[in-house]
Amino acid sequence: MNVQVVGAGPAGLYLAILLKRADPGVDVRVSERNAPDATFGWGVVFSEETLGSLRDADPQTHLEITDTFARWDRVDIHYRGRELRSRGHSFSAIARRRLLEILQQRARGLGVELEFGVEIEELPAADLVVGADGANSLVRRLGDFGTRVEPEGSKYVWFGTDHVFDAFTFVFKETEHGLYNVHAYPYDERMSTFIVECPLETWLGARHEDMSEEENLAFCERLFANDLRGRELFSNRSIWLDFPKVTSRVWHDGRVVLLGDAAHTAHFSIGSGTKLAMEDSIALANALVRRGWDVDAAVVDYELERGPVVERTQDAASESAAYFRRVESYSHLEPVQFAFNLLTRSGRITHASLGIRDPRFTRALDAWFGGHDVSPPPAFSPFELRDVTFPNRFCLVPSGFVAVSPDGRVDPETPLVEDWTPPEGQVLLQLGHAGSRGACRPARLGRDLPLADGWPVVAPSAKPYGPFSQVPGEPDEDAIRARFVAGAERAAGLGVAVLELDMAHGYLLGSYLSPLTNAREERTRFPLSVLEAVRAAWDGPLAVRLSVTDWHPRGNSAEDGIELARLLKASGADLIHVEAGQTVHDDRPVYRRGFLTTLSDRVRNEARIPTIVGGHLTTLDEANTIVGAGRGDLVLLDLPPAQIERPLVPSNTVLLAEVRP
Amino acid sequence: MNVGVGLPTTVPGASGELVLDWARRADAGPFSSVAVLDRVAYNSYEPFAALAAAAGVTDRVRLATMIAIGPLRPTGLLAKQAASVHALSGGRLTLGLAVGARMEDYEAAGAESRGRGRKLAEQLAYIRSGVDAELVGPDRAGIELLVGGLSGQAFSRMARYADGYAHGGGPPRAFASAVSRAEAAWRDLGRPGRPRLWGQGYFSLGDVEGGNAYLRDYYAFTGPFAERIVAENLTSARAVKDFVRGYEEAGCDELVLFPAVADGEELDRLTEALA
Repeated sequence: MNVQVVGAGPAGLYLAILLKRADPGVDVRVSERNAPDATFGWGVVFSEETLGSLRDADPQTHLEITDTFARWDRVDIHYRGRELRSRGHSFSAIARRRLLEILQQRARGLGVELEFGVEIEELPAADLVVGADGANSLVRRLGDFGTRVEPEGSKYVWFGTDHVFDAFTFVFKETEHGLYNVHAYPYDERMSTFIVECPLETWLGARHEDMSEEENLAFCERLFANDLRGRELFSNRSIWLDFPKVTSRVWHDGRVVLLGDAAHTAHFSIGSGTKLAMEDSIALANALVRRGWDVDAAVVDYELERGPVVERTQDAASESAAYFRRVESYSHLEPVQFAFNLLTRSGRITHASLGIRDPRFTRALDAWFGGHDVSPPPAFSPFELRDVTFPNRFCLVPSGFVAVSPDGRVDPETPLVEDWTPPEGQVLLQLGHAGSRGACRPARLGRDLPLADGWPVVAPSAKPYGPFSQVPGEPDEDAIRARFVAGAERAAGLGVAVLELDMAHGYLLGSYLSPLTNAREERTRFPLSVLEAVRAAWDGPLAVRLSVTDWHPRGNSAEDGIELARLLKASGADLIHVEAGQTVHDDRPVYRRGFLTTLSDRVRNEARIPTIVGGHLTTLDEANTIVGAGRGDLVLLDLPPAQIERPLVPSNTVLLAEVRP
Repeated sequence: MNVGVGLPTTVPGASGELVLDWARRADAGPFSSVAVLDRVAYNSYEPFAALAAAAGVTDRVRLATMIAIGPLRPTGLLAKQAASVHALSGGRLTLGLAVGARMEDYEAAGAESRGRGRKLAEQLAYIRSGVDAELVGPDRAGIELLVGGLSGQAFSRMARYADGYAHGGGPPRAFASAVSRAEAAWRDLGRPGRPRLWGQGYFSLGDVEGGNAYLRDYYAFTGPFAERIVAENLTSARAVKDFVRGYEEAGCDELVLFPAVADGEELDRLTEALA
């Protein structure tokens, strides 16, 4: 058996060590294009969990690595002149150079052949060829792995500094061109990694493109002089970069297998790249040994084991990258909430899990949120809107709205507002007109199945909603507006707590707002006129249910939806009920747990309007995290019946605040 | 959770006699359904023909397509085939539909593969809403309808038109992740209750190598993925038990185990493994 590893980074060296350790008879070579002491970047981070697997895989290197470690359990956040701290985050870091020295030495000691300054041009002859040559892998080009590489997140530049931070430190600094942020952490007793990041717009505005390497360094040193306590930044070919997100459909092709960054990258802002790479090495080495060096079987095991872990990490990393890309929109948040939002950005830390790591932090957040020293978790805090106090942040929602007119019903069972009476409790009334989605059969057998003898439907353009749907007629806008106003007046008389206008999911008002369903240039006039007329007739909290994105390449994007939210706010909406898609029947939805959370976050923090958010949320912890981090104000939960005080009433209403803690 | 068994209709070498005997014995055994796959450009039996024959030799089990590639067939014909099996079996059809993954099947069937997603949506709406119901009998009412696929559109078609979801196979963890997406779609489309959840897996408990060779061949079009499917083949009673337990925990309603070897004794081995 002979194995050729291309790339002497942590993944390649570690694999070589583990293979040689498992069977000294296996011929393992590692070739590297650069010199043995050439390395990019400064320190690398490990979590406690990774260290455990390194210990099990090779105790000797584990010992040497942990000997030189910088360790900390704190995350510090420098924001608006405040320093916030969160504890309980066990991390360690090591100089990348030192890590490579340890691994090289151990590999040599075991009899691995190391060659430096060797460039690979064609596939080496070996039983197994391992591409461990990083995000720009050459080996990857010699096979078919279905790889995609696309830039992700903001611009960034990677420095070292001789200021030794005593925690993982995030710094946020406002400038005339926009917000810069720093990820800094110590990696030995002398040095720290110092990564500066800013969104493309800021980067262009500050003209970094025109600066030399030295000028960029001087700029960053000046900007962060306080945080560096007057210490220096060091460059190691430190230039501004775009982070390449690498994804591969498969990680092996015949006898070639990819490892670490060559197969998949994870944005640096969650610090998982080296961890993933070395875990890959462990999985591949174990699979080869388990399968008696049967390469075909081992590479399948390796992919099956690592695929799901890598996918989850890449998802979290992308969330984190996107967070830093838009971090400027959070600069209105109070420091404690800003910090909680930052800590929970990738979805891996929640209110409950942070409460275990750092109960003091969540207590401080809850206290700030609830306004008392001892407060319940955020979702159990009251919420006030226009003289109405909601005792907590939960809504329970049966689907569908109450129709303003008979031809605005979705199906024959849709309640009409003129006959509707509210159930007991604090009720949110959804008022809508079905538009082209009307005159269908009840939802038990399916949606958008037209009645054989349905009433005529209307929509801004004569486009049927789905297969076999009616061609809609012209709406009588004045009459429909008057129906909405009459509905609002009736709601006011019935003691409804919140009134909500349906402008989502391709129903009538929503269909006006999208280029997919409204061929006219001017699309917002009618829905806004309905909103304004209802606003004049209704004094209480007024929500608008909005498809923030159409999930369609030619429809409204999230940016368009946020702009719509701004318009709705200006026209009198107090609250946006965030939805996505269904504007057309053949959209490209993205369904998963919490699929609306990021959209709600963006509407709330970019259009600066409170939101209601659902999207398959099933736990109180999700609700506490969303509300605490300022990603939404009211949460629609899909809860098991045992947690609900009473069964949902079958009428089309939303009941607020009936959830047990 | 119910457990069903696949008929060996896509395993080369399965005689008509074996397929029918298999169905008859499944009906007498612990299985709640018999199911078939759908390929055109592969040595295999046409799914509706096979289920119609199975209907004749069974009284009890549901008859399921897991899945049939809807857009290979003209819509009216698909509805007629399905409704015929449903009527001939006394209302036992579960019709799983998806767009399929192999372009050769479209070519061999002489069907257009472009726009297949749109066509599937149309077929689902046609079958579900009873369009042309009087013209194209028998009665389609009561056919249990499932949709398969992993794209966002597959999940929304499922939630919009069907009774449940037909998963394409994989470890319980992959099933669980698809279930959470199916449930999210179901709620988003405002459907009451919850979707019916069907899962599937392969087994070869006697001739493991033969079974693996079949899977390699059947899934050759997926390239390196074929090896993953081989790796998931259930080759011991223990593996079958673990798989069944995993699916049950993930909320599966009906798990169908497909044979990878055309040998009647495989059915006995499976029955034993499940006992």
